Amino acid sequence: MAEDVLILGNKRFSSRLFTGTGKFASKTLIAPMLAASGSQMITVALRRVDPTADQGNILAHIPETVTLLPNTSGARTADEAVRIARIARAAGCGDFIKIEVITDMQYLMPDNHETLKACRILAKEGFVVLPYVMPDITVTQQLYDAGAAAVMPLGSPIGSNRGLEMRAMIQRIIEVSKLPVVVDAGIGRPSQAAEAMEMGADAVLVNTAIATSEDPCLAGKAFSLAVMAGRMAFLASLAGTRKGATASSPLTGFLRE
Amino acid sequence: MPFTDLVKEFETFAFKDYFEAVRPGDVQKTLDRVDARTPLGRQDLLTLLSPAAKNFMEVMAQKAQQITRQYFGRTIGLYAPLYISDFCSNHCTYCGFNTSTGFKRTQLSLEEIEREASAIFAMGIRHILVLTGEAPDKTPLSYLTAAMKILKKYFPSIGLEMFPMDEDAYAALTAAGADSLTVYQEVYDRKIYGEVHPRGRKADYEYRLLTPERGARAGFRAVNIGTLFGLGDPMGEAFIAGVHAKYLEQAFPHVEVSLSLPRMTKAAGGIAPKNLLSDKGFVQCMLAWRLFMPRLGITISTRESAPFRDRLVHLGATRFSAGSRTDVGGYVVHTQDTTVQFEVTDTRSVEAVTRMIQESGYQPVFKDWEMF
Amino acid sequence: MRINLNGSPVETTSRSLSDLVAEQGLNPLSLIVEYNYEVVKQASWGEIHIKDNDTIELLNFVGGG
Ligand code: SF4
Repeated sequence: MAEDVLILGNKRFSSRLFTGTGKFASKTLIAPMLAASGSQMITVALRRVDPTADQGNILAHIPETVTLLPNTSGARTADEAVRIARIARAAGCGDFIKIEVITDMQYLMPDNHETLKACRILAKEGFVVLPYVMPDITVTQQLYDAGAAAVMPLGSPIGSNRGLEMRAMIQRIIEVSKLPVVVDAGIGRPSQAAEAMEMGADAVLVNTAIATSEDPCLAGKAFSLAVMAGRMAFLASLAGTRKGATASSPLTGFLRE
Repeated sequence: MPFTDLVKEFETFAFKDYFEAVRPGDVQKTLDRVDARTPLGRQDLLTLLSPAAKNFMEVMAQKAQQITRQYFGRTIGLYAPLYISDFCSNHCTYCGFNTSTGFKRTQLSLEEIEREASAIFAMGIRHILVLTGEAPDKTPLSYLTAAMKILKKYFPSIGLEMFPMDEDAYAALTAAGADSLTVYQEVYDRKIYGEVHPRGRKADYEYRLLTPERGARAGFRAVNIGTLFGLGDPMGEAFIAGVHAKYLEQAFPHVEVSLSLPRMTKAAGGIAPKNLLSDKGFVQCMLAWRLFMPRLGITISTRESAPFRDRLVHLGATRFSAGSRTDVGGYVVHTQDTTVQFEVTDTRSVEAVTRMIQESGYQPVFKDWEMF
Repeated sequence: MRINLNGSPVETTSRSLSDLVAEQGLNPLSLIVEYNYEVVKQASWGEIHIKDNDTIELLNFVGGG
């Protein structure tokens, strides 16, 4: 198979499994999980310090070869997200930012409107913006116009492990999006990750399912293999969905009327 | 519900208004159902045959190709027609063999049939389609069963495209070795049917309509139906033909159902076609049928041109004729001075068609099954 | 002197950001200090003199998806 890399910003990713640092029983599990899964991008969050909590530096557990993807979790408005992004960059985390603006505290659903606003501002400032959104075709197009680097529709509510409940919407986004599609949130099993990749997603982001498993290294490896299998299946045209959305007409172009 | 009732239901249906009212969103919904592997209904078939669907042809084509490969693999079955008699007492206004056209009629003797058979066999063909006009006194059952016995020596699969018969006659023919039955309604629109079949045995619309069912009951393992494009409104006809195929598939699970898309071409004595079907319309019908019925066989004859057929390989076709002669004895017995039923447009040899199929990344299949 | 620290009003005697970090008993290694909406590098913490009504955020990276 020819080299198959995902390019975001100025970085090339050969692993299409993005991971997260939340919910690990111990920070010391993160580095071995990254090694076992081969994941090349991992999310971190920014918080006000809690003097009573362990203040070990989470960044110290992430090898330099892995791209940091700070998220704006905690932000409820575009302005808050922009502020968190700027702090993260000033703190030396690089240009990548996952915009996450959540106003629905029940199901933690993202607010697409505020997310789009934040994306417009941050993309202009040179951030590599990966917005976490409710799957929506119009917003996907607007994010593209706003300069986002990818779109990250949720598969199902964060941490729910329910897989691709948004299957039909994500399918449509994959068909129409000019941006890479990273399925984020809700992927609870490797089979679900494989399904997303088979459908034609460009990458998946898995945190909870790996972090909270009995053996995060083994789980990370399982997800990584599933992502590769799904990707290969897509490239082999098992799904054929992307093809269906191409503008050129290889099969019917000869017909005139 | 018997199929005759189903057809009646659509006799008053305003196809034109319905087709015009279909919106792009409706087409998208139907295509979403295809993606979700939800079986399509009649309404979906109408949607896919509408003008609005013309803007979705490439997407339909991609899906049709994928579904065809899923159910049939990358294969194209090959067959050749063998015309054994052009005697016909019918008055089909569009056909060069009709009884009032004054040409010298020919019928092959059993010995001549064997000569033709061995010539076709030598071309590599193993699946033959035997054709006659409608003149039962000239081609009695005894003649036809005797022909089957001879052909059986050469061909593992024998199809018939003759005149509608009763169940007993079909049972005798399947017992003698025939395994598939082709019968086109020609036109499902009852009014036009009456106009183009003014007199004679073929004027009985319903007897013809129920012929595929009699064949299925009599033991044919494959039934091929179709409408002759050029007589009725093409998309309305394509719809009823699709509904007919689906009806047969559901009523006779043991039968492999196929559709053909014969388009009218100029033939001696024939009338000029009124409702010409364009290449684009042709492809749209094929794609709509394929999405409507994933397992449907789609047969393409040599009426279609070589470059067009080359494209159809990728668009859901499953069976091609090749090296065809459409006159009685046309392979070796009478190589001149006979009348063709329709002009062969793709005049390539079996070898050339085989090569084209292979070069398209498909496997030509000469013999896809055989009974023990 | 009264400042706004991590969203709450706090009385402090610290004169610089370095003093404040020490007063709060925080590990400076992974700490991010935002002073009046500007991130200040650790090397400059000693140079920033805290005034009344300053808004200061003390942040760090934690695990998160
Ligand atoms: S279409 Fe068939 S039945 Fe009609 S005239 Fe021609 S050969 Fe005879």
